[in-house]
Amino acid sequence: MNTDTRDNLLQDIQEFLGDALIDLSVAYKHPLLLIQRDRLLDTCRFLKNTMHFIYLNEIIGTDRFTSEDRFEVIYHLVSLRDRQRLFLKVRVEEENPVLPTVTTIWQSANWNEREVFDMFGIRFDGHPDLRRIFLPEDFKYYPLRKEFPLLGVPGSLEMPNSTPDHD
Amino acid sequence: MMQPDPTIPRKKPTYFKEHQEALYKSLEDKHATVEIDQSDPLSTRMTLNMGPQHPATHGVLRVLMELDGEVITKCRLDTGYLHRGIEKMAENKTYQEFMPYTDRMDYLSPYSNNVALCLAVEKIAKIEVPDRATYIRMICCELARISSHLLWLGTMIMDAGALSFFLWTFREREKIYDIFDEVAGHRFTVSHSRIGGLNNDFTPVAEEKIRKFVREFPDELKGWHKILDRNRIFVDRNNNVGAIGHEEAIAIGLAGPSLRATGIAYDIRTFEPYMFYDQMEFMVPTRTEGDNLARYYCRMEEMAESIRIIEQCFEKMPRKGPIRTDDAKKSYPSKDEVYYSMEGLIHDFMMTDTGVCPPEGAESYNAIEAPKGELGFYIQSDGTGHPWRLKIKSPSFSNLQGLETVLDGEMVADTVVIIGGFDPVMGDSDK
Repeated sequence: MNTDTRDNLLQDIQEFLGDALIDLSVAYKHPLLLIQRDRLLDTCRFLKNTMHFIYLNEIIGTDRFTSEDRFEVIYHLVSLRDRQRLFLKVRVEEENPVLPTVTTIWQSANWNEREVFDMFGIRFDGHPDLRRIFLPEDFKYYPLRKEFPLLGVPGSLEMPNSTPDHD
Repeated sequence: MMQPDPTIPRKKPTYFKEHQEALYKSLEDKHATVEIDQSDPLSTRMTLNMGPQHPATHGVLRVLMELDGEVITKCRLDTGYLHRGIEKMAENKTYQEFMPYTDRMDYLSPYSNNVALCLAVEKIAKIEVPDRATYIRMICCELARISSHLLWLGTMIMDAGALSFFLWTFREREKIYDIFDEVAGHRFTVSHSRIGGLNNDFTPVAEEKIRKFVREFPDELKGWHKILDRNRIFVDRNNNVGAIGHEEAIAIGLAGPSLRATGIAYDIRTFEPYMFYDQMEFMVPTRTEGDNLARYYCRMEEMAESIRIIEQCFEKMPRKGPIRTDDAKKSYPSKDEVYYSMEGLIHDFMMTDTGVCPPEGAESYNAIEAPKGELGFYIQSDGTGHPWRLKIKSPSFSNLQGLETVLDGEMVADTVVIIGGFDPVMGDSDK
């Protein structure tokens, strides 16, 4: 990875975002950008169309367990041309956690957003098929939230009887 | 568009009713890509459910397809039947305690998963690993790649109709299991890596076994090339099946050999070299056709390149040296110290109880090229021995998402071959 390309790239992004860039760090080699939520879509479009981040690797959800801006969604982007990774973060509040979908920009966001929805309950506005991905729809909890118990909630899912004649 | 016949009742599901309803509704909502010819009596629309218990889905993948005659007009994948919540478990375990769980993610190449976790933790906690340990890790990772590709070769060709291949590839896999048995003490779920190094060094027997395998395996590979490359049935079955272009492959986020078969040379070993891959001489095999045959060639050539890497590792590897970092605050002390000194025992206890503590607020991502593609760990630390959040980027998850698009418009008889060609592992995808 070339540090010059990275510096140029970060400079361009800083110029584009201006005040909307809340935090920027490059510890551990990869740039991490924290941006304002309302600038998410146009930043993503700028990164894809101008900065050549055409490959969306994954979307990471985290629960910060704070009273303000509780959830954080991290978009992991790769530029194959510049051999560069970039992590773009936005924060979502606990009440009504909604973000605009990026499936219109990167098609591969589809399942990744479904996973974040499944694990944290963050809804993505405009997603074409927002269903849970790992857990069944009948499950009413979001397991990666910090308040969800490690051993699960007894009785939260209807299970088949374990004895054969009890049906 | 023809509607389903209302006189034929669809059986009501017994369990997970909302889930089943949502899945069928999603299939109905999906945009159809194939025109339906009403005059053709063969064009009967039907919904076919394949899996989760189906031998050709390589685990517990469920595919819901809508068929027009023999053509899949649209399909939906239902995953999660092997969801164990290992990301949640990781948040409640120390980094070292979590390692056996990574064995069970991509259970066909456990060694790569161990190394991926170790490298990610070593990066965030800034732990140096001795050279000899890194070389041993590289050798075993490449062996794991061969082992995983051998299973893919056996099952994919079995899906295409040739059963005997499964026995031949498993004979070779058995040799790799024997090697892992000798190296790590386990055949399958090895857990041989430790944070900061390895559990134990190669024994002379293990080294001899690996050298023997490296000598003999290229001949086997040559034989397989001979029987398959110009095999009429095999080529007809795979050529132009499940084809995808490079632009679409990037858009739907394919990973690993499936992506490289479309012409994108995205391999973490060269994209962002880790361990000593930057000093190795090897090729990243690519094809441009993007179909099942191209994936076959990519994986076959990767196995040959792995053998080359192992040979170079043996040349460059220091003959002697420590295999774990000699800092008891960052890695387990050796058993000699634990049994014969008080400090050793205390450090061993501390490592088991608290473990490695990366700095508070640190976040880092580290990926390796696992056999199936990019396997990465994103770790957020809160300064304790447990990760605050550990996200796994699994290659099978990305590939299965692509499969949903690739299957549209294919023949139903090719489904099993295409799934075989993508080589998903549900333990990896479902986490």
